[in-house]
Formats: sequence, C-alpha cells, structure tokens
Amino acid sequence: MKNIKIFIFIFAIYNFSYLNLLSEENLNNRIYKNLRCLVCQGQSVADSNSDFAQTIKIVVNDKLKEGMNEEQIYNFLAEKYGDWILYKPPLKSKSYLLWMLPYMFFILGAIALFFLLKKTLKHKRY
Amino acid sequence: MKKITLGLVAIAVSFVILIFYYGLKTEKIYNTEELVGKSILEIDLKLLNENRVFNTRELTNNDFTLINFWASWCGPCRKEHKHLVYLSKNKNIKILGINLKDERSQANKFIKKMGNPYYLIASDHDGKKSIHFGVYGIPETILINKDLTIIKKYIGPIDGQDVKKILSLVSE
Repeated sequence: MKNIKIFIFIFAIYNFSYLNLLSEENLNNRIYKNLRCLVCQGQSVADSNSDFAQTIKIVVNDKLKEGMNEEQIYNFLAEKYGDWILYKPPLKSKSYLLWMLPYMFFILGAIALFFLLKKTLKHKRY
Repeated sequence: MKKITLGLVAIAVSFVILIFYYGLKTEKIYNTEELVGKSILEIDLKLLNENRVFNTRELTNNDFTLINFWASWCGPCRKEHKHLVYLSKNKNIKILGINLKDERSQANKFIKKMGNPYYLIASDHDGKKSIHFGVYGIPETILINKDLTIIKKYIGPIDGQDVKKILSLVSE
C-alpha cells in the first residue's frame, strides 16, 4: 500500500510539472511543433531551417497578429495543404480508429489487469 | 484462461503486424489530391511591372486559368517554360505567373530571354502569398476554372504529358 502511495505521489508531481511546462511554452512554438515541414524528412516546422518552414513561421506569426487562434491557423493550413501538414490530425470519420484505439487498449488493459489481480488475490487467500 | 490469454496475445500481435504492414505500404509523400475541388482564396497580389494590385477574384473572367509559380533562379522553371509558352497559345486558357522570392530585374531578364507566356505577372517577394495557394516549392502550377475551383495541381515542372492533359481538360 505504501508503494502505491509513493507511486501516486510521483505521478502527480510529474504531471504537475509537465502541465507547468506546457503553459510556459510559447504559443508560436507550440503551433510550429504541430506543423510538418513538407520539404523535410521527418522534421516539424519548428525544427527546420528550410525556406518553406521559415515562410510558414512568418505566416503563422502574421495570422496570430491578425487575431486568429491556434485552431483557426491549423484549419487554414490544412485547407491549403491537407491534413498531412498537421502532426495531430483532426477527429474525422477516417481517423476515428486512430483516436479511439489508445482508449480502447487502455480499457482492455484495465479489464485484463483487474481479472489477473482478482485471480492472483484469490490464489493467495487459499 | 490460458487459452483466452494466448488468443488475446495472438490478436494483439496480428494487429501490430497489420499496422506495420499498412504503415510501410502507405505513401508518405505529400500529394495534392485533397486540394482538387477546393477553391483558391480571393487575395490581392502586387503586379510585377505595374503599380497596381490584382485580386484573384478577377480570374473569374477567364474560362480557365493556369497559375504558375516561378522564379528566375529556379532551374526546373527554365525547363518547363517552353511548355507554358506553348500553352499560352491556346485561347481557352490564360496563364497567371506568380514570381516568387525573386528580383524584379532578374525576373524581367528571364522573361525577355525565354518568352512571356503570362497574361499577368504578379510578385510574391517574401513567399507569404504562395502559402495561401498551398505552394511549398517551385515550380508549381494550378489549373482553376471560372469558379476559382482547383481542377488540377502540378508539383514540379510540367512536361509534354501534362500539357496534353491540361489541353484536354480545358477543351472539355
């Protein structure tokens, strides 16, 4: 029981510091990181120094100044380049499985763990 | 219980193999299929040799417009230029050139030497306007109709086959 408490404590601390880091992160950088550099090999716009990435950064800055929010900028760029430019694809009929699978695996894992623990505890009792 | 566990493991392994198989099989190169059928944005463009602004809305006056992104420093643009000159002779189509990240003097020198297929040449000095057209490199060519809807988009230089395709599309 003590071990579980320590685990929960560490988990809470980790998540708290992670949330803090996220809130401190610059909005511009967060957007750049979620945009794929189309002329690079596996690089985001944030990581790339290519001409394309530089222009995208300027356009993102302009759009933010114009008053667009993060979601509107993603929609604008996806409209021009397709969803391929986004590292985090939007929830669409085509991507339902992609979004739902982690949750499904989580639930299945929890069920499997529950039965396994139940069985182990039952054996220990007798 | 053991049988169920084994069955679940087998399903999980098959699923992972299936995901890897489709992941490797899927083409990961950016293509423009999604853009066909969408409309281009109505935006202002500065003309290269005239002191006025041109709005893409004016392209509704043409039956078909080929929007070509080019620059004097771009080698492949040189290669495709003769095809654009050939296409410009077709009366069903008008070619709008958008000169990207280029010097005006160099652009004019290029046109003087290679011929002018464009009925209008706009300038996108910093490349920001090209983003509104979904362009990520040059040359790129977009064929639009009267409603400003994209019919076809070409990434890279167009060749003889593309010319035939464009001519068949505009003659329909």
